Amino acid sequence: MSVKPCLRVENLHVSYDVGSAGFLGGRRKLHAVNDVSMEIAAGETLGLVGESGSGKSTAGLAILRLIDVASGTVRLGETDVAGANRTELRALRKRMQMVFQDPYSSLNPSMTVAQLLEEPLVVHADVPKDERRSMVGRMLESVGLHAGYAARYPHEFSGGQRQRIAIARAMMLHPELVVLDEPVSALDVSTQSQILNLLKKIQGDSGTAFLLVAHDLSVVRLMSPRVAVMYLGEIVETGPSGRVYDEPAHPYTAALISAVPFPDPERQRTVHRIILGGDLPSPMSPPSGCRFRTRCPFVMEICSREAPPKVAVEGGGVASCHLHAHGPKLGGRSLVGFMKDRQLVTVE
Amino acid sequence: MSDNTAPLLEIRDLSVQFPSPHGWLTVVDKVSFNVGRNDIVCVVGESGSGKSVTMQAAVGLVQPKGGRITSGSVRFDGQELVGMGNRQINRIRGDAIGFIFQEPMSSLNPAYTVGEQIAEVVRRHRGASRADAWKRAVEALDRVHIASAASRAAEYPHQFSGGMRQRVMIAMAIACDPKLLIADEPTTALDVTIQARILELLRELQRDSGMSVLFITHDLGVVADIARYVVVMYGAQVVEAAPVDDLFAAPRHPYTSGLLGAMPQVALERGHDPIAIPGTVAQAHAWPNGCRFNPRCGYRREGPCTTAALPLTSVGNGLVRCALTEELRPILGRATMVPA
Amino acid sequence: MSATTVEAAPAVSLPPVSTFFQRFCKNRTALVAAIILLIIVLIAIFAPYIAPHDPARSSLRNILKPPGAMYWFGSDDLGRDVASRLMFASRLSLVASLQAVAIALVIGMPLGLISGYVGGWVDTVISRCNDALMSFPALILAVVIVGLMGPSLTNAMTAIGLVYAPRIMRVVRGSTLSVREEVYVRAARATGCSDARIITRHVLPNVTGPLVVQATVLMGQALLAEAGLSFLGLGTQPPEASWGAMLGTAFPYMAQSPVPTIAAGVVISVTVLCFNLIGDGIRDSVGRMRRSGD
Repeated sequence: MSVKPCLRVENLHVSYDVGSAGFLGGRRKLHAVNDVSMEIAAGETLGLVGESGSGKSTAGLAILRLIDVASGTVRLGETDVAGANRTELRALRKRMQMVFQDPYSSLNPSMTVAQLLEEPLVVHADVPKDERRSMVGRMLESVGLHAGYAARYPHEFSGGQRQRIAIARAMMLHPELVVLDEPVSALDVSTQSQILNLLKKIQGDSGTAFLLVAHDLSVVRLMSPRVAVMYLGEIVETGPSGRVYDEPAHPYTAALISAVPFPDPERQRTVHRIILGGDLPSPMSPPSGCRFRTRCPFVMEICSREAPPKVAVEGGGVASCHLHAHGPKLGGRSLVGFMKDRQLVTVE
Repeated sequence: MSDNTAPLLEIRDLSVQFPSPHGWLTVVDKVSFNVGRNDIVCVVGESGSGKSVTMQAAVGLVQPKGGRITSGSVRFDGQELVGMGNRQINRIRGDAIGFIFQEPMSSLNPAYTVGEQIAEVVRRHRGASRADAWKRAVEALDRVHIASAASRAAEYPHQFSGGMRQRVMIAMAIACDPKLLIADEPTTALDVTIQARILELLRELQRDSGMSVLFITHDLGVVADIARYVVVMYGAQVVEAAPVDDLFAAPRHPYTSGLLGAMPQVALERGHDPIAIPGTVAQAHAWPNGCRFNPRCGYRREGPCTTAALPLTSVGNGLVRCALTEELRPILGRATMVPA
Repeated sequence: MSATTVEAAPAVSLPPVSTFFQRFCKNRTALVAAIILLIIVLIAIFAPYIAPHDPARSSLRNILKPPGAMYWFGSDDLGRDVASRLMFASRLSLVASLQAVAIALVIGMPLGLISGYVGGWVDTVISRCNDALMSFPALILAVVIVGLMGPSLTNAMTAIGLVYAPRIMRVVRGSTLSVREEVYVRAARATGCSDARIITRHVLPNVTGPLVVQATVLMGQALLAEAGLSFLGLGTQPPEASWGAMLGTAFPYMAQSPVPTIAAGVVISVTVLCFNLIGDGIRDSVGRMRRSGD
């Protein structure tokens, strides 16, 4: 990256302690995020895509130090986030914020909208009361709500409106980075697009960098020029969204894309579907070598012996798959041609 | 498409009310549609459309929740279900009509093995012996592609993953070879790769057995994937109904067209930002005058759209509830899929 | 379509408190109980103006008279009007209960909040001490404390407050544990709120629901406990009288003059019942509010 990145994550590992294994056993570790690295430039959006168990939400929380980092570095600009102490962390909070998935539980029900939006100002800056009021009013308008709604309580609003309030809260201090954890998945389709359009506008106005965590590839593609795909705690492919979507270089990405039904019955009748067999392995005992091998339709012998190398992909980005160096030896080319040759309509 | 014999399920003018602080609210308003034999019908709508309640009312599940059916008829395989006694309807539910829901754990008892639960359904409806019922249970698990069905039948629900639990629920629903399978948002809570698998499974089961499927969802992608006929609901009413190809190629109702335009995938194909449908659904106690969608409709016209209640009219191969159908036909028709 | 579409929120804005009152009033039983309690409180406040006789005035000619026009509930063993005494005693009893519950809250609430929020060894230590205290039968513990401090109403109520503090602590800790996991608490942490601010501004307001219910019920129990202690002579000391003390002094004469005993007993029971019913009503109203939304 030629420009100094806003966020730089290197070799991030996050793990949880899980129960005790038997009477005398020690606590077991669940490695939710394994060796994840990424960079986001100022004002840019990076999409982080994955299904449940991929670790994408955990990565987002760890980047904001809302959960502990086991190892690795996270830098916001020049500042170290992963190793920050209490005071440093407090100062960092001004510069990085989060919008949570569920608008029904992310707003304190006993606080008014005004109190919710003023809180960042009260905690970090010594802004006098009147000025706070007007700042709240202006922020509400910029997210498409009447300034007068400041006196109301969250339960009086619909899901879409609550999410607007949550976005307003995150933007109050004009942070450099906002992590959006599935910001539209709890909303109706017609409301989703309203919120997505709002996010685009806000980014244009404020120049804030976004880390968009989502399971919906199309949502990510709309909002982010670059995307990273996660599976079972690891990033399996990165690249420009258009390229990843049209020419995936990793079997999981290809399966993910083909699984999303397109609203066109003719196309759905003729599409090549890749249906993944098996189940998501337990994150506590991930498969050896490549973590995706237990479900991969193109699995080879080497996949269980060695972890796949990161290969540069034609068109931008990186994929972690043995198919590029072994077997069909794709060497950075997309999977699409290879799949067409194999006539893939695999079930189980 | 459905064949010419009488439809398997005929819903006529069904209306359902629920109590609320504002009095009795009509959450399903004179809804009519059919499910033919060997047919797959999708009912699509967002929250507040009444799609789930319609299905629940059709099979007698609204009374326990405090609701009441105020009018209409539901004929299943020649029998009238509205007003049918509890005992009789219980014999139909689980047997001739199978169910799957969004949350598998709502139908699965954590205290019994899955084999026992499926076998119990078979015993209750077919009077089979324990051994026979168990055999059928294993067969059902096999049909839904659960590997090592015989041994897995002896496991408990918590030992299965989310996607597999959904398949167990499907096994339970088809164990008695139902004529009609009702699926209420069965894949909404699932990851997209697992959803693809479940939809593939449902298509396969339908093909092999010829049962009809009534599939309720909010996802137009899923509709395109699985439906043969589509019923669109908004504001407790049916606003459009058509064979699936017609609906997507040429939507007749601004809401349907709006839903399509709001989908990120469609927007990406067409190269624009998703077109948001402004506003939110009105509340059931305060429906707007005239067309219920009119406050949010970009084509709304004062007068025809805002005064009288609109009827459902027959148009081509389907139905639509709109005051401006003829006028909008070329416009909505143009705002469709970019050819693949 | 512009991204800045302004949508309409419902026209009327109700803070959670008003909604709560609305719901509470719909519960007939709770409403009646609240009205009765209000009447009792008003009697307590206006006792000097409505009592027919001076409660301390004894009249040796009118000992143990049965109920009649002059003495509504009869007279006690020193010729004092039972009705007037009950009215004045209500002040002592109610204030005493309030005192006990206040002490329980002041001790139990902060401990519960800290224990629930901080967790770890702090929680373990506080909880175990709590459990130890709770394992003593309440009345016996109160008797022991009063025995050490000397008999008086204040000491008795302090003792009861101490005895009830663990109960409050438990309720608060439980609510804190669940509220702590709420997304909005995480959101507050993401905003940069200090732990102290989170506890006071985010956890506490959302914990008050079950707390108010418990406190209300505890008022009734404190009243009973006070009655018990005073009955035993460890609470109110003569010439002051609380309902419990009156019960204690009337009891020996029950064969000759049952009404004073019964009257004191009924008054205590009714008040305690009112507290319980109000507590139930609050719990139902708060419970429903949590779930409201669209």
